[in-house]
Parts: sequence; structure tokens; C-alpha cells
Amino acid sequence: MTALEFSLILLVSSLAAGLLGALSGLGGGVVIVPVLTILFHVDIHYAIGASLVSVIATSSGAAAAYVREGFSNIRVGMFLEIATTLGALLGAWLTTRVPTHSIGFVFGLVLLYSAYASLKQRNDALTQKPDPLALRLKLQGSFPSGQGSQQSYVAQRVPAGFGLMTVAGTLSGLLGIGSGAVKVIAMDQAMRLPFKVSTTTSNFMIGVTAAASAGLYLHSGYLAPALVMPVMLGVLLGSLIGSRLLVKAQVRTLKVVFALVIVALGIEMIVNSLRGML
Amino acid sequence: MNSPTVWNDHRIETWVGVFLRTGVMLAAAIVLTGGILYLAQDHGPRPDYSHFYAEPRQLTHFSGILHGVATFNAESIIMLGLLVLIATPVARVVMCIVGFLFERDRLYVAISSVVLAILLYSLFFHR
Repeated sequence: MTALEFSLILLVSSLAAGLLGALSGLGGGVVIVPVLTILFHVDIHYAIGASLVSVIATSSGAAAAYVREGFSNIRVGMFLEIATTLGALLGAWLTTRVPTHSIGFVFGLVLLYSAYASLKQRNDALTQKPDPLALRLKLQGSFPSGQGSQQSYVAQRVPAGFGLMTVAGTLSGLLGIGSGAVKVIAMDQAMRLPFKVSTTTSNFMIGVTAAASAGLYLHSGYLAPALVMPVMLGVLLGSLIGSRLLVKAQVRTLKVVFALVIVALGIEMIVNSLRGML
Repeated sequence: MNSPTVWNDHRIETWVGVFLRTGVMLAAAIVLTGGILYLAQDHGPRPDYSHFYAEPRQLTHFSGILHGVATFNAESIIMLGLLVLIATPVARVVMCIVGFLFERDRLYVAISSVVLAILLYSLFFHR
């Protein structure tokens, strides 16, 4: 296979991964790493490097669309980014220390969990007693709710949310993914923020979190230009197309199909790691 | 709660969103340029990524990358595009700091500055 053929195949595969990532709401990173390692036998360090860069592209590229909806909370995002960026530094540092197959193993587990999380029904919890810490940190806001009225909310259980965000950041740095699934759990489940606020704020946070590990990835030599090039362009294009399609698509049916794909990839990653084939 | 703050936050975010998308498109254009240049040269069989050897120093440090760009090295141009891309979220945090300064929200100027410091540490502090 020539370099040109290899690049074109990677471009098409990455486009598909970006499309799948956008339609399933899991993000391109979760799909592209298994594709690179299992299908193309790319070492996981190069794979997470290419993936992380694609994650930044997807997050920054989609930011304008999310802002237009008016749900994201800039203060909640910024406060929690302290946790995610510190976690990301830890995760990126760990990639230089832990053996390759254990990264693959953790990756497989996160895939299985992501598939489960993407299918779980969410309910917008009613506001209970607000956390005094949340009030002091101004972790509150309002969003448009249907008939022109504003629904207000205040974050709860701030320390739990902050802790979970550190975990999300560490996974992001260790696996080269956005770990949007864990970020949404932290905001949606722990801090009881409305679901729409969680998902849109999470998108904004993913890029900043990924940038924190990107520096360490760069200096550690994980960013192979000829590999990253088709992957980043493909994932970006795929996710842009995916977010356009999302408006029209039958989300529920798609999600079930994608979850099955993710489960298959997760099992494959775990099996390959245990057999020392990653 | 108080609607003027919400409106201001929303305005900051709108600028930031448009800026980020522009940054990504610029980065993608640079990466594509480097990529076309790379593929136009003959590299023989596909590169093997099945074993990890860290990329050479001229592709992992800012001065090396810029030096390579000056000599039209294809891989260095791709890396320049990636640096522009990595800079977009960093610029986003800087723009938020400016926005919070306008809102006279000292607490969030401080919080955003901590995030910026962590990002700059990752980008510039290395052995």
C-alpha cells in the first residue's frame, strides 16, 4: 500500500468515525482509536494522538452551533475545567508510564460504559435545595423552556461534580478522547444540571480539556503528522455532516445500532489487550 | 437570575463560537496544504505505525516546527496546522478572561486564569 492509498483509506474511515461519533453523541475519539488500533494496527500512542487532535477540531468546530441554542453555561464550564485540565495532565503523564495493553484495557471498559450511558434515559431533575458553594461560585443560570419563558437552575453537589470531572479529565488525557459521556454524568447526575445545559457545556469543555493533554502529547512525540492529517480532516468533516443529519434522523433507533457497534469495539479492545496484541 | 449577566455571557460565547470555528477552518486548511504537499512527494510504501518511536525533535518543539515550515517541509506544515488547532481552545479561555474582566467578575477572572495557567504549563513546560 502506498502512502497515498493509506491516507485515502484513513480519510474515509475517519469520516465514518466522525459521522458515527456525532450521530451517537459519543464523539469521534471513542470510535477512531479502536478503528486505528484494531483495523490499521497503529500503536495506541499514535492512535490517541491522532484522536485527541480530532477531538479538539470537533469541539471547536461545533461550538458556534451549540452557543446559538443558548443552553451552555460558561461559568459552570470554566469552573469545572480546573478539574478536567488537571486530570488531563495526569492522564497524559500516565500514558508515558503505564504499559500499552493497560491503556487498551481501560479504553475497552470506557467503550462499554459509553454504550450503556448513551442508551440510558435521562430525566431533568427538579431543583432541590441549592448547594451554598454553588451560589458562592455563581453556578446557576436559566435557559429558554418552550413558550418563551425562562427556566432557572442552581448546581448541586459541587464537590462530587468536581471530583467526577477530574476523572473525566484523566480519562481524556489517558485515552485521547473527549470523555463527553463522563462529563455529562458529572453535570447531569451529580450536579443535577438540566440535560441540555450539561450536553452543550460539555461540548465547550471538551476542547479545553483536550488542549491540556495536547501539549504533553506533542512533546512526547505522539503526533505523527502523516497519520494525524487524514484522521483530523476526516473526523472533522464527518462530525460536521453528522451534526447536520442529526436534526432529521430517528435518534433512538440509531443509538441502539451505534451502541452495539461500540460494544463490539469495546470487547475487541479488551480481548486484544488481554492477549497482548495492542 | 439577573438577565443582563445572562445576556452578556451569551454575547461572549457567541463571539467565541465564531472565532473558534474560524480557527478550526484555518487549521484544517493548513493541515490540508501540508498534506497535499506530503502526498505529492514520493514516500513509497505506507509508513508503519505499529510500533511507537517518538516523533523526531524537529516535529515536537515549536522552534523545530517553525524552522521546518520556513523550508517548506510538508510534515512541519501539517504540525503548524495542528498548533493552530491546539491554540483555539487556549484562545477561547483568553477571550473568556477578557469577557469576565468587562463584567467585573473578579472571581471568574481568577478561575479562568488558573485554567489558562494549566494549559500554558502543558504547552511550554517540558524537559
